[in-house]
Amino acid sequence: MIRQCMAIALACLAFASIAQAEEDIVLGLNQTQVSISTNFNGSEIIIFGAVKRETPIPNTSQLQVVVTVSGPSKPVVVRRKEKKFGIWVNTDAVEVDRAPSFYAVATSGPLRDVLSRVEDLRYKISVPRAIRSVGAPMDISDSAAFTEALIRIRTKANQYQLNEAGVSVDQQTLFRANVQLPAALVEGDYDTRIFLTREGKVIAQYNTLIDVRKVGLERWLYNLSREQSLIYGLLSLAIAIAAGWLASAAFAMIRR
Amino acid sequence: MQIYLPIAEISVNAFLLLGLGGIVGVLSGMFGVGGGFLITPLLFFIGIPPAVAVATGANQIVASSVSALLAHLKRKTVDLRMGTVLLIGGLVGAAAGVSIFNHLKSLGQVDLLVNLCYVIFLGIIGALMFIESLNALYKTRSGKRQPRKKHTWIQKLPFKMRFRVTGLYISVIPPLLVGAFVGLLAAIMGVGGGFIMVPAMIYLLGMPTKVVVGTSLFQILFVTAFTTLLHATTNYTVDIVLAVLLLIGGVIGAQFGTTLGTKLKAEQLRILLALLVLAVCGKLALDLLLQPNELYSIGFAS
Repeated sequence: MIRQCMAIALACLAFASIAQAEEDIVLGLNQTQVSISTNFNGSEIIIFGAVKRETPIPNTSQLQVVVTVSGPSKPVVVRRKEKKFGIWVNTDAVEVDRAPSFYAVATSGPLRDVLSRVEDLRYKISVPRAIRSVGAPMDISDSAAFTEALIRIRTKANQYQLNEAGVSVDQQTLFRANVQLPAALVEGDYDTRIFLTREGKVIAQYNTLIDVRKVGLERWLYNLSREQSLIYGLLSLAIAIAAGWLASAAFAMIRR
Repeated sequence: MQIYLPIAEISVNAFLLLGLGGIVGVLSGMFGVGGGFLITPLLFFIGIPPAVAVATGANQIVASSVSALLAHLKRKTVDLRMGTVLLIGGLVGAAAGVSIFNHLKSLGQVDLLVNLCYVIFLGIIGALMFIESLNALYKTRSGKRQPRKKHTWIQKLPFKMRFRVTGLYISVIPPLLVGAFVGLLAAIMGVGGGFIMVPAMIYLLGMPTKVVVGTSLFQILFVTAFTTLLHATTNYTVDIVLAVLLLIGGVIGAQFGTTLGTKLKAEQLRILLALLVLAVCGKLALDLLLQPNELYSIGFAS
């Protein structure tokens, strides 16, 4: 059945192949919204699509696909420890003014084969390019070490990902990418970009947003803590006191 | 079972949090310490953001203090009068501590100061208690009783007050100062302060060990409740889901702890607390002295 559909789709695409040399992206997402509920434990986004073209498939080069998903950015401070008076103390600090809270790159092949350095720089695709740091103080000569450390720490926490086999491309027309969202997810608009490349050059780009939101109890508690912080504080105290009293009463009953 | 914390914005194992709360609850009931000096570093360790850990830790201490305090009230081992005097000092100290904390935060290096505070105070108190209780244990074994220390300078201070439950007739100035000092440290270190107050009450005020635990719990309860409200309204860092999980474990643990505490002798109890305090101190000291695996750390720009 699926094979038949694909065959029909391909036939249509082939049939529609007339004059234009453009290749364009038709996109589908398995979800445009990620809901963070109480039992949220990470999520997988499946990004799939097809290449729409008006001309026959060029057989000079292989079509490649790059997908990036980027969480909301927040300026961060990266600090480095040094040994002073026998103890390890934070000394130098570099502010990184744009560091996405989550960033995933999935490609259909080794990144450098799929994307040239120039194009990477232009579209800010790879992880080091997606981070922007300008505020290094004059007395720090090796500010690159700080951004490297940022990437290293966040990669270890699965917040920055590079998956060089994350996109599968079928017959240069259909593609499908999986992006694994970790459990520690910040809410916001997740900017999703899809690039088609040939010989390292970007030939088409498509942007969309994935909405990551807290829902239900999570949403309610979060809003309460921001908008009615005194009530929220009193509520947490009341729960604490009630729980303490209940446990005490329950144990008194058991002992009797 | 994983659970997503709405304020901390991370997902953690619910049973891990229940167990953590339980362990701290047992200690809290046994020793009359709020357990903040344990729970705050433990929460850091499982990846809770420090600001959330400190604020939620305070809320959790409220719960285990209530639970343990009620158990002590039933046994009439709480000196409410002394507790109130300590509390007045404590609130003043906590308010001062919060402003000092915020000032140091603006200078950076607040983590280092908090760590140094932990190492110094835990180290001194742990060592003193350990030596003292070893001596006491040795003396009770050899049949001699330790003579009661005479606090001559404390006896001379004005504003004397009679504390019936404690059996003391002393000036209110030393308990006020002890309360204020504990409140100050509590706010800076993000703990209840029981591990400082318990020895201070025994050694400085000369209170009998029996009432010390309950009375310190009384003071801790109100100081941490005050701190929780401050954090909730100014920093929005109290995570209610995290707190609930910790306190379910905590209140049950506290009840077991109180029962366990009555079965042990005072000297044994003190040696155990001393060892615990020294262990935490040692761990924190090693963190400062040994080269960390990762020299870099990420913080949010203000």
